[in-house]
Amino acid sequence: MPPGDLAAPEVIIVGGGPVGLTLALDLGRKGHRVVVLNRFDFIAAGSKAICFAKRSLDIMDRLGIGQRMIEKGVIWNLGKVFHSDAEDPLFQFDMLPVKDQKNPGFINIQQYYVEEYLVDALADYSNVDLRWGHEVVGLQHHDDSAAVTVRCAQGEYSITAPWVIAGDGSKSPMRQMLGLDFEGRVFEDNFLIADVKFTEDRPSERWFWFDPPFNGAGSALLHKQPDDVWRLDFQLGWDIDRDAAILPENVEPYVRGMIGDDVEFEEEWYSVYTFQCRRMRNFVHGRVIFIGDAAHLVSPFGARGCNGGIADADNLAWKLDLILNGDAAPNLIASYDYEAIVTADENILNSTRSTDFMTPKSTMSHVFRDAVLELAKDHQFARPFVNSGRLSTPVSYPQSPLTTPDADPWGGGVMPGSPALDAALGDGWLIDQLGDEFVLMTNGGGITCEGVRVLDLAEHENAAAVIERYGLTDGGAYLFRPDQYVAARWHSPSLDEVQRAFQTAKGARSGSIN
Amino acid sequence: MAQSIEPQAIDTSARINRPDDMYQMLIDAHAGLDDHGSMKLNAKLVLILANHIGDMDILAQAIDLARTSAPYSSNRQQDVS
Repeated sequence: MPPGDLAAPEVIIVGGGPVGLTLALDLGRKGHRVVVLNRFDFIAAGSKAICFAKRSLDIMDRLGIGQRMIEKGVIWNLGKVFHSDAEDPLFQFDMLPVKDQKNPGFINIQQYYVEEYLVDALADYSNVDLRWGHEVVGLQHHDDSAAVTVRCAQGEYSITAPWVIAGDGSKSPMRQMLGLDFEGRVFEDNFLIADVKFTEDRPSERWFWFDPPFNGAGSALLHKQPDDVWRLDFQLGWDIDRDAAILPENVEPYVRGMIGDDVEFEEEWYSVYTFQCRRMRNFVHGRVIFIGDAAHLVSPFGARGCNGGIADADNLAWKLDLILNGDAAPNLIASYDYEAIVTADENILNSTRSTDFMTPKSTMSHVFRDAVLELAKDHQFARPFVNSGRLSTPVSYPQSPLTTPDADPWGGGVMPGSPALDAALGDGWLIDQLGDEFVLMTNGGGITCEGVRVLDLAEHENAAAVIERYGLTDGGAYLFRPDQYVAARWHSPSLDEVQRAFQTAKGARSGSIN
Repeated sequence: MAQSIEPQAIDTSARINRPDDMYQMLIDAHAGLDDHGSMKLNAKLVLILANHIGDMDILAQAIDLARTSAPYSSNRQQDVS
């Protein structure tokens, strides 16, 4: 028998990276029987994701590890963009334009810490079986389930579940077992990541350079991580010797050029990467569902890889929960395909545009890039064109089959299909009050709907900020999904309207799964 | 709230009352620049003017106009030197 026998899991998650583990924790907290199959028997170190965006922190907060991440992480909200050899930045941007929210705009923390915190949190859930060193080597698809063949130290075994989730990374063996591929662009460029350790009192900011004197080949990026580790990233160009590029004697001049000759530093990890902006055509294939890098890849500029994957887990968990509990039909999963693809496309679009701005592909795109950078120094109007990475922000789904469009006129607030905007409430925060179930947030009015928890702001102290941010009049209401997205809103809803929006958000209008 | 507004049509009537002066001003702006410098100047001009116009519909029409009035499409470029 495989270790940690868990009879008849409801969900098998293939892959124990941050995305698979996030989904496992979300489902575990909801009481589902989950098996996670991780082909490694350790948490891999190395230069992986470091930037975790506010939306991911809100999600991790809901799952109980957000504050641990923030305590360990380096909080930053400010990005600075430099050009050429000028010492002063061209301009700076703030990643948390709306202040007074529970979580910061961004933190930097090594991916392996996040994985460790997820694994620690999972230890509280005996209904989640995390199997290390279990590699999936086969996949059989049935009508209402899928089975995987697993190889581990004790031999091979087969395990079946109604839903099998492929979170097995960019090279996804699961994807290959289904004979599926990516569509999209591969970029012909190489980037050097030098994660180095040094102690220096620099501000916690994202610094990005266009054409700095220390890198003739293009752009460079500096980011602070916990434990005095810094991420230095240098564009190298296409035609290079990748093995030679990571030799310490070849890395050092880049590091010295950026941080100076007088700073003592030591190597943590050197690597060269290329990237792609691509995705699968569909993420849902019968009972096999793809999440994270297995489903989509982006360039790293914009922190949209891991954050995009966490968004997948967040989107999928509550849908699987409703289906497994019999509270929604299996076709609710079609809305994951729709919404996760909208998210992936926005992430791919933004990261492709950033990459094209940073590494112009034609003479004219180079000319326009330089024109923008030169104008941006003195002219505010040109700064919004400067694209050093459009950093990850949550994606909205106004056209989703789960979203009920506005029938009332609204001048502001939060649009249906958008995630909750946090604000102070009582002596805490709105996102704490929303939790992870359907919530009808009302401003008086006394409406109730079976299956939906009511959060009446009229009964809360210190609700003015929420009422203002949501543009709520007396008797107005917002319906939130379990992932804290707005499903619908009204100035003065009838019970019938709320019930219809609730059914819609549970997939009543969702298409069929392929 | 979402009142649909008819997109404004780009004005292609002759609006510059001293066309020769304006034309000369454009040519003079490129004096002493090499090809790369000239391209960059033109790019800056486009960006400055685009921002001044500030209307994506108008800009899209302008781009369309500029492309369709070209004598040769890009894949049929001929040597005219």
